[in-house]
Amino acid sequence: MFVQARKLSRWMLGAIAVGTLALAPARAEDSFKIGLILPMTGGQASTGKQIDNAIKLYMQQHGDTIAGKKIEVILKDDAALPDKTKTAAQELIVSEKVNAIAGFGVTPAALAAAPLATQGKIPEIVMAAGTSIITEKSPYIVRTSFTLPQSSTIIGDWAVKNGIKKVATLTSDYAPGNDALTSFKEHFAAGGGEIVEEVKVPLANPDFAPFLQRMKDAKPDAMFVFVPAGQGGNFMKQYAERGLDKAGIKVIGPGDVMDDDLLNGMGDAALGAVTAHIYSAAHPSQANKDFVAAYKKAFGNRPGFMAVGGYDGIHLIYEALKKTGGKTDGDALVAAMKGMKWESPRGPISIDPDTRDIVQNVYIRKVGKVDGELYNVEFETFEAVKDPGKVKK
Amino acid sequence: MTAVLTNLFDGIAYGMLLFVLACGLAVTLGLMNFVNLAHGAFAMTGGYVCAVLVNQFGWPFFAALPLAFISSAVVGIVLERLLYRHLYTRSHLDQVLFSIGLVFMSVAAVDYITGSQRVFIKLPSMLEGQFDVLGVGVGRYRLLIVVICGLLTATLQLVLARTRFGSRLRAAVDDPRAASGLGINVPQVFAFTFAFGCGLAGLGGALSAEILGLDPYFPLKFMIYFLIVVTVGGSSSITGPFLASLLLGIGDVAGKYYVPKMGPFVIYTLMIVILIWRPNGLFGRTAMR
Amino acid sequence: MTAQADIGFHARRHARWHAGEIAFWLLALACAFAFPSRYLIMTEIVRLGLFALSIDLILGYAGIVSLGHAAFFGIGAYSAGLLALHGIINEPLLALIVAGLGAAVLGFATSFLVIRGVDLTRLMVTLGIALLLEALAERYSDITGGTDGLQGIEMQPILGLFAFDMFGRTGFFYSLAALFLLFLLARRVVHSPFGLSLRAIKNNPLRAAAIGIPVHKRLIAIYTLAAFYAGIAGALFTQTTALASLDVFAFERSADLLLVLIIGGTGYLYGGLIGAVVFRMLQELFSIITPQYWQFWIGLVLVVIVMVGRGRLHRWVLWAPNWLIARLGGRKAAVAVPETEGP
Repeated sequence: MFVQARKLSRWMLGAIAVGTLALAPARAEDSFKIGLILPMTGGQASTGKQIDNAIKLYMQQHGDTIAGKKIEVILKDDAALPDKTKTAAQELIVSEKVNAIAGFGVTPAALAAAPLATQGKIPEIVMAAGTSIITEKSPYIVRTSFTLPQSSTIIGDWAVKNGIKKVATLTSDYAPGNDALTSFKEHFAAGGGEIVEEVKVPLANPDFAPFLQRMKDAKPDAMFVFVPAGQGGNFMKQYAERGLDKAGIKVIGPGDVMDDDLLNGMGDAALGAVTAHIYSAAHPSQANKDFVAAYKKAFGNRPGFMAVGGYDGIHLIYEALKKTGGKTDGDALVAAMKGMKWESPRGPISIDPDTRDIVQNVYIRKVGKVDGELYNVEFETFEAVKDPGKVKK
Repeated sequence: MTAVLTNLFDGIAYGMLLFVLACGLAVTLGLMNFVNLAHGAFAMTGGYVCAVLVNQFGWPFFAALPLAFISSAVVGIVLERLLYRHLYTRSHLDQVLFSIGLVFMSVAAVDYITGSQRVFIKLPSMLEGQFDVLGVGVGRYRLLIVVICGLLTATLQLVLARTRFGSRLRAAVDDPRAASGLGINVPQVFAFTFAFGCGLAGLGGALSAEILGLDPYFPLKFMIYFLIVVTVGGSSSITGPFLASLLLGIGDVAGKYYVPKMGPFVIYTLMIVILIWRPNGLFGRTAMR
Repeated sequence: MTAQADIGFHARRHARWHAGEIAFWLLALACAFAFPSRYLIMTEIVRLGLFALSIDLILGYAGIVSLGHAAFFGIGAYSAGLLALHGIINEPLLALIVAGLGAAVLGFATSFLVIRGVDLTRLMVTLGIALLLEALAERYSDITGGTDGLQGIEMQPILGLFAFDMFGRTGFFYSLAALFLLFLLARRVVHSPFGLSLRAIKNNPLRAAAIGIPVHKRLIAIYTLAAFYAGIAGALFTQTTALASLDVFAFERSADLLLVLIIGGTGYLYGGLIGAVVFRMLQELFSIITPQYWQFWIGLVLVVIVMVGRGRLHRWVLWAPNWLIARLGGRKAAVAVPETEGP
């Protein structure tokens, strides 16, 4: 009978488990630990990689010691699943005793970690997720990415001013997509524009063709598009294949669809697409040129807006730590972050002291060729835009 | 009216693509009775080989397509000899676990080698855009897919029905023991068929990059589609999966166009109903061994 | 001794509690106090263990393979989430049972589809049901929150006494208690004549039918029970994390589950629990080494397990204890027999 031996095998396995659990690392007093939680696997992995790359780059450029503290980044993968984010955040806060958590590829992940940041009294730096409400969920959340209303309202106003009357919308069916859609509709309709067709696409969607055919049949002047970073390439390919460019239907929208790291692969169909966004790899500043060159040299491709969110996020932590003189207390850090202003690769940005959300320029850009490569070329700037989702209240 | 025809055409192209991707699985799953959930990994291999050749080495698209086929077939035959053949006689559970393991490995490996962003293959300009036939928009690239896949299907059908190899394969599948008694080298036939199926998947992967997008999660995302094609189509002939692919393609496109919100729901329901109603597939033999 | 009495003797001897089992549960309880900073991850293990226990009931005891067990997990998760979100049932314990029953109803309804047909059809049908539910949950995003999941779930204290705390202490003990009670039930079930008849069906359905076992009824019953267990696991997920999103139905969840059970071994109830511990540790280990590519190593583990053969692998693992037993006790009876290959 085998029950006896099984019992013992259980014991052995149990012992292994206990051993592994007990491997909790000791904490060094003179280090500053950042728990970085990103989607490194799964459908959002490209977001995670860009941010991770940007942080590595920043630390290479600026060293890893600030105000006598050695900066240590611990990377955890959450595959964009909120329950994993939560477990990872707790592990980091309680066992690793991190001084800040950062990253967060999607909105549910950022929200799941919010109560832990509040409880643990440590800053939570949101580097990617773009739904408006996030920063309201904990007084320790600071955002360095963007919010979708920031760019969507502006493209709405721009469309009305530039003679676009009828628009069909195609947005991904999740919180950021809905944020983008509502704020665009509000501003576009207020200016007298008309929405002729509205399609919400499932987030995990392989083939855009049938949706695009619907767009084409609705015969709008332009189509407003929001798909998350990474899906834009696929979308534009099929946009061209379906001949929507020839039918005179322009693409407008927040800049996610024209993400820099995919833009060049989209082909000439992308030419002329007008989007409003916070960052373009072609932003004509020295800071950006240096950033793009360094990023390309280190990782072989162009940085997108996700990378900039990560780059600015780690910069914010560095600067806050400098300002507190190495004090790692969460409240002091967040207080130091509030109102901080600096020149980012995307342009001048600051942290709103009231909402802890990012205030930044939003640029209207048109896809054009620069040195034979496709870039979003900025031609109009809206300065220091706050999150419209919160200004309203 | 033209919208209906355009959708029909899109659906056919999509279905044909699914057929090329999945028909290798029809052989392994349907004929050799091996649950190979990793079939999409071979398709992905072909897609990436094609993408690298075209984008980085500047090969013309049409020259890279055969290479996509060959590379997937080679990977297929190596894995078949090394791993798969030991599992033909194992339980379905073992086969499922093994192939899921392979899928996980392939996903992470491709992610490691090429990064996780979507990859596109630069097409020759003659394949871009649409032209009108009597007011119906016909995508050039989709037309190419229909032509290539149509030719392939016809050839396959001929090979299976008319050639010596075809009859050997059918004999090996119907009764491996009797077939080897008649001097047919059954393992060889299986290995060759497996490799050929992988090659087709590779070709399909290369062709599908433009339409479905190619990223490391390809094998997981489309696994269910391949399985539907095979289980619904049955395995008695090439025509079963072919018709099933067309149905699936047209159904998927039409579903998204007319009822955008219901999307995959319709397809999964249909699949379950068909499986319950005819467990051997819509066009399958009435009795499976 | 007559043959019948002999079987009865062995069956009863199996059913008795062994010192090792008691030690196992004491160890589990001890973990709770030894690692107070790791409640969330331990809760995850407990939940996964319960979920694996559920699939062990159908795979290990009745031989039904499933690629879509997450369907029941998901139903349990969403039921618990919706009940709490809309304040329909505020008492978590009651909501837990209701959510489990919801999953059981679905299990009962779908069991008729699943028990027909061969392995392949079962795999496809179970997978199809899970995907169907995922598509439905995405379609009715006004109820389920779609891709964003249910937001703003707030759990009331258990029995009005124990509030769920931020670091998951209550959640852990709550889950562990649920696991223990359900384990007792499962143990009772598999050692009952009902459980023995299931084994007979697994070994040879035709022969089982010939000796008068109502094969279909038994399979439906165990499938429904397994669905109930999975539903409870899902409800625990929602209650302890205050989250429910589309990924509760995901294929990866069902696939991981099979891996968990295979690591631990099927058909002796503890397999799922041990598998859950080992699997989570492996995952943690791999993702510490390489946060981006840990899936590769998990995949490799799977492939190796299958290639080496589950039976052989268990024999290797059991080699050391066997050797010890042989040295210490010298009792032939204690030497391990590895489980047979195949479901």
